[in-house]
Amino acid sequence: MEFTTIKETLNKINAKKISSLELNQIFINRIKKAKDLNAFIYFDEKNIINQVENIQKLNTKLSLQGIPIAIKDLFCTKNMPTTAASKILYNFNPTYESHVTQKLLDKGSIFVGKTNLDEFAMGSATTTSYFGNTINPVSPKGIKLVPGGSSGGSAAAVAAKLCLGATGTDTGGSIRQPASFCGVVGIKPTYGLCSRWGIVAFASSLDQAGILSNNVEDAAILLKEIAGYDYKDSTSAKVEVPDYYKNINNDMAGKIMGIPSEYMLPDIPEEINEVWQKAIKFFEKGGVKVKTISLPHTKYALPTYYIIAPAEASSNLARYDGVKYGYRSDDYTSLDDMYELTRSEGFGKEVKRRILIGTYVLSAGYYDAYYLKAQKVRKLISNDFSEAFKQCDFILTPTTPSPAFPIGEKEDDPIKMYLNDIFTVPASLAGIPGMSIPFGKSKEGLPLGVQLLSKHFDEQSIFNAGSFLEQHYE
Amino acid sequence: MKIDKNTTLKIAKLCRIRVNNNEIDELSAQLSSILDWVEQLNEVNTDNVDPLSNVSKSSLPLRKDEENILNQSKEVLKNAPDQLEDYFVVPKVVK
Amino acid sequence: MNNPIKGNNSNWEAVIGLEIHAQIQSNSKLFSSSSTKFGSRPNSQVSLVDAAMPGMLPVINEFCIRQAIKTGLGLNAEINNHSVFDRKNYFYADLPQGYQISQYKYPIVGEGVVTIDFKNGSSKNIRIVRLHLEQDAGKSLHDQNPTKTYVDLNRSGVALMEIVSEPDLRSAEEAALYISKIRSILMYLGVCDGNMQEGSLRADVNISVRKPDKQLGTRCEIKNLNSIKFIKQAIEFETKRQIKIIEDGGVIEQNTLLFNTETGKTKPMRSKEEAHDYRYFPDPDLLPLNLENEFIENLKKEIPELPDDRKKRYIMSYTLSNYDASVLIAEKGVSDYFDQVLKIHKDLKSSAKIVVNWITSELFSILKKNVVDIIDSPITPTNLGKLVKLIISNKISGKIAKDIFEEMFETKKSPDEIVELKNLTQVSDKNEIENIIQNILEENQKEVEEYKKGKTKLLGFFVGRAMKLSKGKANPKILNEILIDKLNN
Repeated sequence: MEFTTIKETLNKINAKKISSLELNQIFINRIKKAKDLNAFIYFDEKNIINQVENIQKLNTKLSLQGIPIAIKDLFCTKNMPTTAASKILYNFNPTYESHVTQKLLDKGSIFVGKTNLDEFAMGSATTTSYFGNTINPVSPKGIKLVPGGSSGGSAAAVAAKLCLGATGTDTGGSIRQPASFCGVVGIKPTYGLCSRWGIVAFASSLDQAGILSNNVEDAAILLKEIAGYDYKDSTSAKVEVPDYYKNINNDMAGKIMGIPSEYMLPDIPEEINEVWQKAIKFFEKGGVKVKTISLPHTKYALPTYYIIAPAEASSNLARYDGVKYGYRSDDYTSLDDMYELTRSEGFGKEVKRRILIGTYVLSAGYYDAYYLKAQKVRKLISNDFSEAFKQCDFILTPTTPSPAFPIGEKEDDPIKMYLNDIFTVPASLAGIPGMSIPFGKSKEGLPLGVQLLSKHFDEQSIFNAGSFLEQHYE
Repeated sequence: MKIDKNTTLKIAKLCRIRVNNNEIDELSAQLSSILDWVEQLNEVNTDNVDPLSNVSKSSLPLRKDEENILNQSKEVLKNAPDQLEDYFVVPKVVK
Repeated sequence: MNNPIKGNNSNWEAVIGLEIHAQIQSNSKLFSSSSTKFGSRPNSQVSLVDAAMPGMLPVINEFCIRQAIKTGLGLNAEINNHSVFDRKNYFYADLPQGYQISQYKYPIVGEGVVTIDFKNGSSKNIRIVRLHLEQDAGKSLHDQNPTKTYVDLNRSGVALMEIVSEPDLRSAEEAALYISKIRSILMYLGVCDGNMQEGSLRADVNISVRKPDKQLGTRCEIKNLNSIKFIKQAIEFETKRQIKIIEDGGVIEQNTLLFNTETGKTKPMRSKEEAHDYRYFPDPDLLPLNLENEFIENLKKEIPELPDDRKKRYIMSYTLSNYDASVLIAEKGVSDYFDQVLKIHKDLKSSAKIVVNWITSELFSILKKNVVDIIDSPITPTNLGKLVKLIISNKISGKIAKDIFEEMFETKKSPDEIVELKNLTQVSDKNEIENIIQNILEENQKEVEEYKKGKTKLLGFFVGRAMKLSKGKANPKILNEILIDKLNN
């Protein structure tokens, strides 16, 4: 049996063509078969069956009842461990459920497991996890490709059809970039649309929960379910969440689409530009007016991000000290000794690097030159988008500067790895929503995505444009 | 090299991460190149620009002063690596 | 310069500033809903946020913001419309987040001033630099085990106001007066219970010495002093220590010190040379606090009459002395009590001094003896006022009043009731007193003879006998007059 969309699957269940138990059993088998992808850190068949049996007892019909969803292992969940793909949380069992995952549970969804990620969400390839690499399901025979990161496990799970949707988090591109690499849809909403409560914090002013799915309508359905104000998160936005799915209107006639000139980089492979151009042409055929716009500070987005994100991370990760939870080293002779050993044994290389960078840019004498400077450039980047959206309804760019690359590549040079996020980071800094949607293939037949951006809280424009584009993707 | 060994050690101390002797050189080099790379921000004129520390345009939400009397000590101590009679146990500051 | 300290070779001046930490009396903590009660079982008032569990986020307590603003108003300070919460990053076992949420560049309250009053009637202004909100830390127990420390996070996250003074203080006495004044203002405002033993109020002292009017010396910081007595002792010790070092040709090392209450000495806190680099940056989990002027104005209305204003009123309305007024305002409970007496008995206005005397000598004394707080006094303001009225109208004598007072304390009865019951009305009728005196003189003829011969000391004897016969009720003044008259005739 095929399960193409959530709605279609729910219809099958309601029409009693398949039970929730049978449905989830199918996905359980798929997950077992795809063990080698290492998409999941936590997968327990009994746990899933339990969940299904519990929702089957309910009298009411919930909007996601029985739908198998994968959860990135950065969301704290009560009934499954939460590790952030780190040794330092290897044995952590939260006694609380994150706000976002609670919303999904309230709607009857079934969590099929916790997906792999880059440790503490720091990475673009899911190659820094304590639990090993995840392999991109589109990898051709004989080569293991990265699924992207940090939400690589979720993207792989969706691409390999091990679930009907997955949660991810996006700080600098961690949903959109793996979505592009794996050939699935990935949306990062406006900063503040989804609650961060219960999500292991990486960079507080950038982190956002989002969705990876097989198609635009599923992303719209799932985003509506997880979005909304949470009083427990002081950065949560008090906005009405529209019914994105119901409101999808893919009539593009008269819409103005911005094409930022600064994203036309000379050293980007031709295939990337080709896919971008192809998408532009389709939009034009649909009646869209194309406008070249300028986002002048684009090239400074990555260095800005790599000052701000590590700075916030260095502070957010200070709580991992072996005192209250998680890993504690065995060998210490004093408190500071315990801290140092616990943290150097518990954290991986990339995490340590970022903590050190973050500590440095905040330290006395350097704060103004680095951190404060970066916050000011961030303001300029944000202003660039505000100005641009006065001239257009949405923006179209490539998602990634390359298709998925082989595991092992770029790992020796941190900056090479950082450059993966070159198209996704600016939107993160400005807090605007962005979605990657598959639209084309590389020379080698690997998926490539294009990115749709809109102004704050205008996810509907993205879903509309995405839905339009999806129709033309072969 | 912008970040020399001593600086690396000093920063590592600040964030309580132990850097071993065989790691110091590579780490210092990587940190230096990252910091060199981010310094291109100096090209940007930011005179009269306010820093943006949060993209939210809302005001700080306020909470009513209501006390939650629930005793959560069990939950809070559940994952503790070392505890005794409802206390967290840690090694002494100095031996 | 008023406080020259004599060193071996020259005069010295101590330059002192205080950083006072005051816990806000709120139901819940600054950024979480946990209870703030003192003395509960360990880790029983700790939420997931307080324990810094992964994914937890702060939400600020509105009441604490109000209290901080009111405190700023009580310190005659600027309230800043825009303030920011910053993270102060450092590692310690009782700091679960690995940072403290505080305020660095943009505190909620700016510059203010507080007046301290000396016994000799003069005053001095002490300038406040700022007041900011911050989280309190948990508690570490170091002395239960030789190699382990036990951590209780109940106190972690309780709201603190840090009040920073300019280094305007010049002596231990001034520092004591300053912190007493701050404590008094905080208690009048009802923002802090001022209980230093329980840690509701504590101070760090910054102190350096210099030759008068010369450049400032290197200062040391003495941390966590939790009684006024210790603050004075620590300042006195540290001043002497620093002077001695310099006079012996040495140099003061900038240090953080702890005061050992048993030895009375200060010593460096840790042997570490590294200064703390707190890497302050705005907390990205919180947005800036923007206060409307209207909000601040509304809070001004909630400020009760503060100590200095009450003092002025007492001096003006009741012509009390500076000293008496100061004694009354020292504790809000006392001042409230006095105000109540005068409110109920408006006709006592011109006799306010007598009311003050009864409160500050008799009432204080009996409360202290019985370990009762003035708020719980069995002698109500109404009754105390009634007693004073009885004295002023000569209905009872001063001595009888004292006895009645004790009975009032025991029985909570009004003085009129007691006088009635025990028939203690003062006898002022001249005839009656004459009769009494006549009796005494007739019974003690021998003494009368001796008095007339010159032993005038016997007057006391006759007074005593007359008083006894009248059961203490004879009006002493009238008794004396008539007695002397009769004896001389």
